[in-house]
Amino acid sequence: MCQVYLWNYPLYIRSVPTENELQFHYMLHTSLDVVDEKISAMGKALVDQRELYLGLLYPTEDYKVYGYVTNSKVKFVMVVDSSNTALRDNEIRSMFRKLHSSYTDVMCNPFYTPGDRIQSRAFDSMVTAMMIQVC
Amino acid sequence: MSPTQWDFPVELCCRPMAFVTLTGLDVVYNAVHRAVWDAFCANRRADRVPISFKVLPGDHEYPKCRPKRTSYEWYIPKGILKTGWMNKHLNLVPALVVVFYELDWDEPQWKEKQSECATRVEIVRQSLQGRNTKVAVVLIQKKTPLPPGEDVIASERAAALCNACELSGKSLFVLPHTDHLVGYIIRLENAFYEHAQTYYYTEIRRVKSHKEFLNKTTHQLLFVRHQFKIAFFSELKQDTQNALKNYRTAYNLVHELRAHETNILEIKTMAGFVNYKICRLCFQHNTPLDAIAQFRKHIDLCKKKIGSAELSFEHAAWMSKQFQAFGDLFDEAIKLGLTAIQTQNPGFYYQQAAYYAQERKQLAKTLCNHEASITYPNPDPLETQTGALDFYGQRSWRQGVLSFDLSDPEKEKVGILAIQLKERSVVHSEIIITLLSNAVAQFKKYKCPRMKSHLMVQMGEEYYYAKDYTKALKLLDYVMCDYRSEGWWTLLTSILTTALKCSYLMAQLKDYITYSLELLGRASTLKDDQKSRIEKNLINVLMNESPDPEPDCDILAVKTAQKLWADRISLAGSNVFTIGVQDFVPFVQCKAKFHAPSFHVDVPVQFDIYLKADCPHPMRFSKLCVSFNNQDYNQFCVIEEASKASEVLENLTQGKMCLVPGRTRKFLFKFVAKTEDVGKKIEITSVDLVLGNEAGRCVVLNWQGGGGDAASAQEALQASRSFRRRPKLPASEVHWDSISTQASTMIISRVPNISVHLRHDPPALTNEMYCLVVTVKSNEKTPVRDVKLTAGLKPGQDANLTQKTHVTLRGTELCDESYPALLTDIPLGDLHPGQQLEKTIYVRCGTVGSRMFLVYVSYLINTTIEDKEIVCKCHKDETVTIETVFPFDVAVKFVSTKFEHLERVYADIPFLLMTDLLSASPWALTIISSELQLAPSMTPVDQLESQVDKVVLQTGESASECFCLRCPSVGNVEGGVATGHYVISWKRTSAMEDIPVISTVITLPHVIVENIPLHVNADLPSFGRVRESLPVRYHLQNKTNLVQDVEISVEPSDAFMFSGLKQIRLRILPGTEQEMLYNFYPLMAGYQQLPSLNINLLRFPHFTNQLLRRFIPTSIFVKDRPGDLMDANQSLFL
Repeated sequence: MCQVYLWNYPLYIRSVPTENELQFHYMLHTSLDVVDEKISAMGKALVDQRELYLGLLYPTEDYKVYGYVTNSKVKFVMVVDSSNTALRDNEIRSMFRKLHSSYTDVMCNPFYTPGDRIQSRAFDSMVTAMMIQVC
Repeated sequence: MSPTQWDFPVELCCRPMAFVTLTGLDVVYNAVHRAVWDAFCANRRADRVPISFKVLPGDHEYPKCRPKRTSYEWYIPKGILKTGWMNKHLNLVPALVVVFYELDWDEPQWKEKQSECATRVEIVRQSLQGRNTKVAVVLIQKKTPLPPGEDVIASERAAALCNACELSGKSLFVLPHTDHLVGYIIRLENAFYEHAQTYYYTEIRRVKSHKEFLNKTTHQLLFVRHQFKIAFFSELKQDTQNALKNYRTAYNLVHELRAHETNILEIKTMAGFVNYKICRLCFQHNTPLDAIAQFRKHIDLCKKKIGSAELSFEHAAWMSKQFQAFGDLFDEAIKLGLTAIQTQNPGFYYQQAAYYAQERKQLAKTLCNHEASITYPNPDPLETQTGALDFYGQRSWRQGVLSFDLSDPEKEKVGILAIQLKERSVVHSEIIITLLSNAVAQFKKYKCPRMKSHLMVQMGEEYYYAKDYTKALKLLDYVMCDYRSEGWWTLLTSILTTALKCSYLMAQLKDYITYSLELLGRASTLKDDQKSRIEKNLINVLMNESPDPEPDCDILAVKTAQKLWADRISLAGSNVFTIGVQDFVPFVQCKAKFHAPSFHVDVPVQFDIYLKADCPHPMRFSKLCVSFNNQDYNQFCVIEEASKASEVLENLTQGKMCLVPGRTRKFLFKFVAKTEDVGKKIEITSVDLVLGNEAGRCVVLNWQGGGGDAASAQEALQASRSFRRRPKLPASEVHWDSISTQASTMIISRVPNISVHLRHDPPALTNEMYCLVVTVKSNEKTPVRDVKLTAGLKPGQDANLTQKTHVTLRGTELCDESYPALLTDIPLGDLHPGQQLEKTIYVRCGTVGSRMFLVYVSYLINTTIEDKEIVCKCHKDETVTIETVFPFDVAVKFVSTKFEHLERVYADIPFLLMTDLLSASPWALTIISSELQLAPSMTPVDQLESQVDKVVLQTGESASECFCLRCPSVGNVEGGVATGHYVISWKRTSAMEDIPVISTVITLPHVIVENIPLHVNADLPSFGRVRESLPVRYHLQNKTNLVQDVEISVEPSDAFMFSGLKQIRLRILPGTEQEMLYNFYPLMAGYQQLPSLNINLLRFPHFTNQLLRRFIPTSIFVKDRPGDLMDANQSLFL
């Protein structure tokens, strides 16, 4: 499982397990194609502005990639093992919400410059807790 | 590429069509037959029935039909599907054999022909023994047939022929060889098609009929086989719905088979075939989602069926093929009109196929790494007697063996070895690259630029593995900038690492250096030990030595590379590499900053170049130079150290030309700007940093403008956003982020050290020669030369002002239109320190209003900066706003001789012109003189002498003059009669003698002149005395050409007694005058009303006493007699 928060470059990447990290990075990067497309589609159609969850971005053989985008266009992407059937859409959605609120806390820190890589202990531990729960 | 074991057989991939053979046609020698055959083959478009035709000789041997089995009880099938089966029914066993025979109904030798035809049919039947294949006869006729029923012979003979050939009437056709051949042919083939469908229908029935004999234990394979056959026949029958249904059943049956390591390949092969057919039909039915669902199910079911671990690469190859085939099907469907989306397009399948191909390669690498001594087994276990397998997906060395136990483990081992050794010869990279490039093409179509980049990276890496380093580099280089611009440093580092390997292996110096520079830089996420290694290599390369090989490279390739590097060393020349850094993130950062946005020309221009290295070890450089837009300055901004190549590693920390990691180094540059560049912008166009030296190899890092590379813009933005306090640094150092780039500066002229003072008395008066005294004083320490003054109206104001403002240096004469508004470059000579000079300029302003005047003093001075003598041009300007006002206001009025205001004057009757001159100037004015210039229509009554000569007027004072004039009678003039001009000559009282006098001309107003019939003037003393006679004489003048009847009466007054005619009526002749004499006797003192004279003109009733009273006095001052004065005073005090 792997998560990323980005503008178009990564602000925070965490992955478990770590051995195939590069592949995850590529996966995250390519998933932005779909996120971009979805965001531009969002601009056209009148959709609920409060719905930030983008759903399953694209299927691969072994992983599922989910996306979430805030109103300030910060993208959250989550990659989970496709064999993990315990994770339904609703769980993913609530995880994203949790991440979003945690990210908001980071942003509220006056010493954090928007656009810098996130180096927050509180954020780290929240992500760790979430990953432990899932894996 | 030749078809490999994993490619689907052609007969599976094609669209099955009914197979019909045509016999009895001689297409080579017989033109008619040729035409018939062409009509069958040509233009087989979609609107024609799907039949594949073949011309065969009449005695062609068709595949033999095996004897019918009556019972399946003891029959054990040896495999699922024979390899020849599909081809047999597509191309060998016809659904219908057509016998062509030339025979007309009116054939004279009918009997013989009929029997020959029957023989031919018989021969065909013989070769088809046991098959249900239909036979039909087509008679090629020369004549057009008559309508059915009319030709009695025809129907008789047709019946006879059918009988002879044992044919039903429906199987006998006539083909007249006429103009409408194609039409007949189309009808014929439709009939054939019906026959073929019937044939396939019976075939399906036949296969279905076997089912009841089968049992689930021994005939599992047959269930699959029969189901597949039914589906295939349905396809041949063009019944795709049923075909799909039957394939689906077949697919489920395949997975019901008991799988074991020995037969798993066969099961997978069949499952793959059936899956392919299902997906194909789903796409054909325009239900792509069904196709995708089926494919997903297929993959999920088969993914784990790896089979023998030693041959697991086969599974990967098979998986790869499944994805590729599906991708192809998908792509084909899109070409036929299906629309795909970003997240569901063929690219994903190609990508997955490539992924499995990579896995295959990996597995093959580990499983097939046999030593060279192991040779390919002999005899070849993969050889079969026929050269092909009997059943799809079986092993050649144990065909038809159904037992799950290996009867001959030794043979099995040899077989596996053979397959493994064969796998070694497969060019995996080629397969992978083909698949990846397919995927790239798809993702490009569906707006996935990042996916495309990712795949291109993979392609590049695959080329690297395939040792095609040139292509690898090309691809990697192409995508690098995408990752760089999006800031994915981890990915960029990984790509760069591969690229560095490629460039090492090809000994591409420039690329090698570029990638090293970036891998050492801040964008690289490499560990320090890796960076150290790269830095060491880079230093080696700069010293013209070979670098150490990159890790994990192919040993053979490294050997070749080492040789190449050695060659590079011996190769002379072209050892300078200029690398533009704006497109990547090198390990040295650079910022240029001018100390100020502008510099005076007499101070040296100073700027700093800041350099910062991110590499792990200190790095020496040999030269730092800066280029400007004016290249003359380049020579002053070079730092160079002649260091020998051997010194590069020594004295690293103390040298000036050394970059210490993490520290910001500042280099101060100074140069003297040229005087020609005053007012121009000096810009740094590039900064060059030279690593290495010319003796070894040189790398010139070239920053455009004031530094900055691919990542610095974003960093600067982040730094500007940040509120974080930066850690304290020693005073000599600066924080990198806090340095902002300033790549250009302005050269401005030297600060003038003179004072320019203006002396004048505002406001200016209209038309006067306004005096402006400019005092220039030099405060310079050295003499100044070429002092020049420019003075006058400041340019850029209203154009009218330019025409109404004139400047001159000579105040003694009035200037006119020809004088300019601005005097330029008046030479004033030289000035010594402390000396001052004065210049007076005169300005004449023709109109009132405010004007801006510019006084601009320029001079040359020699100064020395940085031991260099330069001539500076300095200038100082002063601007002053001067208001121009009228010097005085002139008011003019007409009054009667009684000083009564006149709105009009009367012809020939004297009146007074009064001028009133009110000074508006804040300064005293001297009226030199005034002059009344009368118009011809006016005549003076007395001398017109100026009454205000030499009068000095202070502010607010006024001077008045009065002239008595008369206007002769003129006709009725519209707008009145011109009076003339009033010219005032004046100057400031304070002005010098030689200042010219200014004449101001005032145009006098026009006056309306009116004629009157009668003019009366009175002749009386200026005063009277009480009780003394006061004689008054009235003169009445007739001003008309008529005789006037005049009634005159005098009304009595309390203050007077009088004698004379009290009431009279008289006549006055034209042009004459009548005199009336009265003696008034005043009774009271003071200002007394005279007895009023009333005149009534009978001819002019409008002539009133009101008018009359303007001319004659109505009262008079009456004095007391001298003796009475006391009384009067007494009475006053009482």
